[in-house]
Amino acid sequence: MLSFALIFAVSLFFSGIVVKVKSIASGRKGPGVFQPICDIWRLLRKGAVYSRTSSIVFQIAPSIYFASILAAMAAVPFGSQGGIVSFSCDFVFFAYVLALGKFFCIIGALDTGSSFEGMGASREALFSMLAEPAFFILMGTLGLLTGHTSFLQIFSSLHIDTNLSYILVTIACFLLIMICMIENSRMPVDDPKTHLELTMIHEVMILDNSGFDLGLILHATNLKFAMYGALIADLFIGNLPANIAIAAFFGIQIAVAIIAGIIESFMARFRMSHNSQFILVLSSLALLMLLGVMLINN
Amino acid sequence: MSFISVKNNQRIKFAEIPVLSYNELYNLIISELKDDANVHCVNYYGVPKGDKIQLICCLANDAKHIINIVSAIVSKNDTLQSVSATHLSFQLFEREIHENFGIGFDGHPWLKPVRYPHSAADKSQKIQNYPFYSIDSEELHEVGVGPIHAGIIEPGHFRFICNGEQILHLEIQLGYQHRGVENLFLLKKKLLQRATLAENIAGDTAIGHSLAFADAWESLCGFQPSKQLQLERALALEQERIAIHTGDLSGICTDIAYQLGNSVFGRLRTPLINYFQRWTGNRFAKGLIRPGKTNFPFTADLRDQWFDVIQAYKPDFIEMAEQMFDLPSVLSRIERTGIVEPQTALQIGMVGMAARASNLNRDVRASHPFGYYQILDYQPVMEPVGDVYCRARIRYDEVLRSVDIMSNIVNIMQFDNQQVKLGNPSPDSFVVSLVEGWRGEICHCAITDSNGDLKHYKVKDPSFHNWLGLALAVRNNEISDFPICNKSFDLSYSGHDL
Repeated sequence: MLSFALIFAVSLFFSGIVVKVKSIASGRKGPGVFQPICDIWRLLRKGAVYSRTSSIVFQIAPSIYFASILAAMAAVPFGSQGGIVSFSCDFVFFAYVLALGKFFCIIGALDTGSSFEGMGASREALFSMLAEPAFFILMGTLGLLTGHTSFLQIFSSLHIDTNLSYILVTIACFLLIMICMIENSRMPVDDPKTHLELTMIHEVMILDNSGFDLGLILHATNLKFAMYGALIADLFIGNLPANIAIAAFFGIQIAVAIIAGIIESFMARFRMSHNSQFILVLSSLALLMLLGVMLINN
Repeated sequence: MSFISVKNNQRIKFAEIPVLSYNELYNLIISELKDDANVHCVNYYGVPKGDKIQLICCLANDAKHIINIVSAIVSKNDTLQSVSATHLSFQLFEREIHENFGIGFDGHPWLKPVRYPHSAADKSQKIQNYPFYSIDSEELHEVGVGPIHAGIIEPGHFRFICNGEQILHLEIQLGYQHRGVENLFLLKKKLLQRATLAENIAGDTAIGHSLAFADAWESLCGFQPSKQLQLERALALEQERIAIHTGDLSGICTDIAYQLGNSVFGRLRTPLINYFQRWTGNRFAKGLIRPGKTNFPFTADLRDQWFDVIQAYKPDFIEMAEQMFDLPSVLSRIERTGIVEPQTALQIGMVGMAARASNLNRDVRASHPFGYYQILDYQPVMEPVGDVYCRARIRYDEVLRSVDIMSNIVNIMQFDNQQVKLGNPSPDSFVVSLVEGWRGEICHCAITDSNGDLKHYKVKDPSFHNWLGLALAVRNNEISDFPICNKSFDLSYSGHDL
């Protein structure tokens, strides 16, 4: 329960920090860190407009998407304290409940019949499909290393004290940050700020969503960010006492947000065709990690 | 040779233009254009003459620095042999003549109106049922963008035919901004109204178009602008060029999500246009260029301010541009994207900066110099490949070149403001006025009647030539690269639609 509450708390200011970092990097003052969540709150109080060509699928998709994120969050532990649910191989549940939400997001976009949204849906499906192996290989490696198969057991028995663990944790952090950026359609794979429909991935899928539905989708992104941030934090806080762990948790989340902001400020996004290449590189990196662990275990 | 050869802004009697039969005109154009990259058509249009049409063709010879003018009289219902069948650069000119007078062109690749004005010859053709190139395939899909555009720019419709992410074909259909500019030149009788109209042909080229009009008008009146006036105008033209180029570099960075470039170039552009504000009271320098005079004489104080602005601008601009053209993630987006081969650029008659980025030497400042450029001996900046990188890079190089030119101009300014009175235009005359705006070759052609008033006015923005270049550049590129290709050309909708 603690992890669920903490993730929710972080989600209130996570994207605010990203925006703030980007503003400062471009020489502007930028809005306050709670501005994004205020915008979402404004949207949540509005009604939604539905196109006559769309069906019930389009109307339920945002709610299912949001619910899927909440369900995935329930499986994320906080250090040595379990999440709301914890069971063997819960990371598989985690990955596929997210995939379920994404599936509804995609068919919701297709339901509008717009050629833009179709393009966005096809891109999103491709890129999340390519990112999936990286996540599973990463979790498999951690499982192999610790000999456990649930989030809670893996993270609570992970000790960062050997040279090998430094390397593993570095790679794992990189992978998780990149998977997080891909899953949230951020740079360098997608540009959340762009106004150009033809280059969008996630944003173009939600062009027809408005009001409450849009608010749900936007907040789902914040939750997802905070959720991946929590997984990264879990790598470090496994055995710390609760009060230090909570401080470390927030610190790590803020660091992840700042890294995301810096990535988005100082580089151009990838060409669309390079995205798949880049995402596959993540899988191969995860494979390297797996290989390393297998060598050690022998 | 059945041409009359003139220099840029040289007034001639309209009757001096040779009148041929259409077949002779056709053969002449074909033989002139043949294998000579220095010859290109700057304007080809029809003027009503009784119930017949007089087609006037202006072919510029860049090597000889002359414009050859020739004409032919045809009837409205004629079907003529199309020049576009062999020289694609004529396709839009012929479509425009078809739109205005209903003249048919045999062998034209696809003869359809360019715009849909109320004055069109065939009113049954409507913009609503524009015949797009379409495909009948299960695998390919069409994407339509516009005319109501996502950004706050101008309306145009882009119809893509794609194979997945790859663009096979793009058709660009404009005309939503048609205001009847050429006709307004005749309806508005006051010189001030006409000068203001010229300024507003394309909002981002206020100096370029108003300068083309002023040159044409002054030439018709037999007015020779003073050296000081020429210097001020060249300064304004170059200032407009560097301001828009800097803004475009910012736009290119936006489209590839390079935030640093976007904000730094955006910041650098502001003092440049604010300088116009201080000079003329308008950030786009509207009101500065007026035939025969200037309302905002350049002063020593403005000179000092100019040096301040440029001294703050230049080092930052160079640093930012060097960093941008050195960053791998930027280069991977803009290199080998949206290539227009030099051969293609020549074939479709591209002009201006986009042509020079494709290694095609088209620069009116060098080939048909006007005003101060007559004594400058300007050497155009060229780039070899014609991709987005080259079109971005040429902006950087041209800005540096323009800053040098401007420093020189500002140093030799005299600040003497004796104004000579502008006379009346001479009757029955014809003049071609070419100006190299930041985007490229602007061409204004004016004809006066027997009282010395305007009888016909023709405007051509460089966008008229270059839109096809964009359509060809994006072929076989990814559809997600279209915005960056589009921005690298940065063409005008209103300049095209008139």
